[in-house]
Amino acid sequence: MFEAIAFYLFAFLTIAMFYITVTTSQALYALTALAAGMIFISAFFFILGADFLGAVQIVVYSGAVMALYAFGMMFFDTTRELKEKKGNKFLITGLASVAAVLIVVIFAAPIVGDNITALYPMTEGVGNTQEIGMVLFTKYLVPFELAAVMLLVAMVSGIVLAGKKMDLSLTLMSDAEIKDMRKEKNKKVLS
Amino acid sequence: MEIGLNHYLVLSTILFSIGLVGVMRRKNLLMLFFATEILLNSVNIAFAAISHFYGDLTGQMFAFFVIAIAASEVAVGLGLLVVWHKRHNNIDLDSMSTMRG
Repeated sequence: MFEAIAFYLFAFLTIAMFYITVTTSQALYALTALAAGMIFISAFFFILGADFLGAVQIVVYSGAVMALYAFGMMFFDTTRELKEKKGNKFLITGLASVAAVLIVVIFAAPIVGDNITALYPMTEGVGNTQEIGMVLFTKYLVPFELAAVMLLVAMVSGIVLAGKKMDLSLTLMSDAEIKDMRKEKNKKVLS
Repeated sequence: MEIGLNHYLVLSTILFSIGLVGVMRRKNLLMLFFATEILLNSVNIAFAAISHFYGDLTGQMFAFFVIAIAASEVAVGLGLLVVWHKRHNNIDLDSMSTMRG
C-alpha cells in the first residue's frame, strides 16, 4: 500500500520535473528541475532496496554533476532565452515513441522468454552495501578499475580543456622563459 | 495494489521518451546534455527494478557503471563546451555544422 503511494507520488514528481527540464526556455529552471528530478529518482532506488545505489545517485548526480553544470553555466550567458529547433512536431513525437517501445521490447524480451537466472543472487541477511562490495570487488574488479582510469582521464581532460594556458608546459620550458612569463603575468595584475 | 516490474518499466519508458524529445527539440548544447542525463537515469531505474524483482545484483552493478560514465561524460563535455564558447561566443548546435578548425 505505502509502496504504491510512494511509487505513484515519486513517478508523478519525476515526470513533472523532467518535463520542465526539456520544455522550459530558461536554463536555470532546467538545471534546478533536473537536480530535483535526480533526487526523486534516488527515492525509487530506496523503494527497490538498492540503498547504496540511491546514496550514490544523490552524491554523484545532485552533488557532483549538478555542481559541475552550475559552475559550467557561469561561463555561458544563461539569462538569454533559449531558441528551439523548429522541426516537425509529429516526427519528433513519433520517433520518441518508437524508440521508447523499442526499449521496452529490449528489456521485456528476456523476461517473456522466461530464461532469466540470477547470476549473482542476493544473499539473505546481508546488507545491500555489503553485498555490492562483495560482488564489485570480486566479479567486477576489472570494470571497476577501468571505470577509475576513465574517470581519471576525464578529470585530466576537463582540467586541460577548461584551464588557461594549458598549451604551455612548465617542465619543457627553460628557467628564463618561465621568469618572462611570470613577469608578464605580474604586469597584467598590476596594471 | 501491488507495484510490479511492469510499473517500473513503464515509468522508465516514459522518462526515456521525455529525454528523447528533449534531445530532438533542443538547440542549445547545454540543454542537450541535460536531456542525455535524463536518458541515462531512466535506464538506471529499469536496471534497479529488474535487479530487485529477479534478486540479482548485476543490474545494480551496471547502474553503477552507467553513473560513472555519466560523470566522466559531463566533465569532458563541459570542458569542450567551455572551449567552444570561448572561441565562438555561443553554444548553439547550428554553429557547429562545419568541421573546419
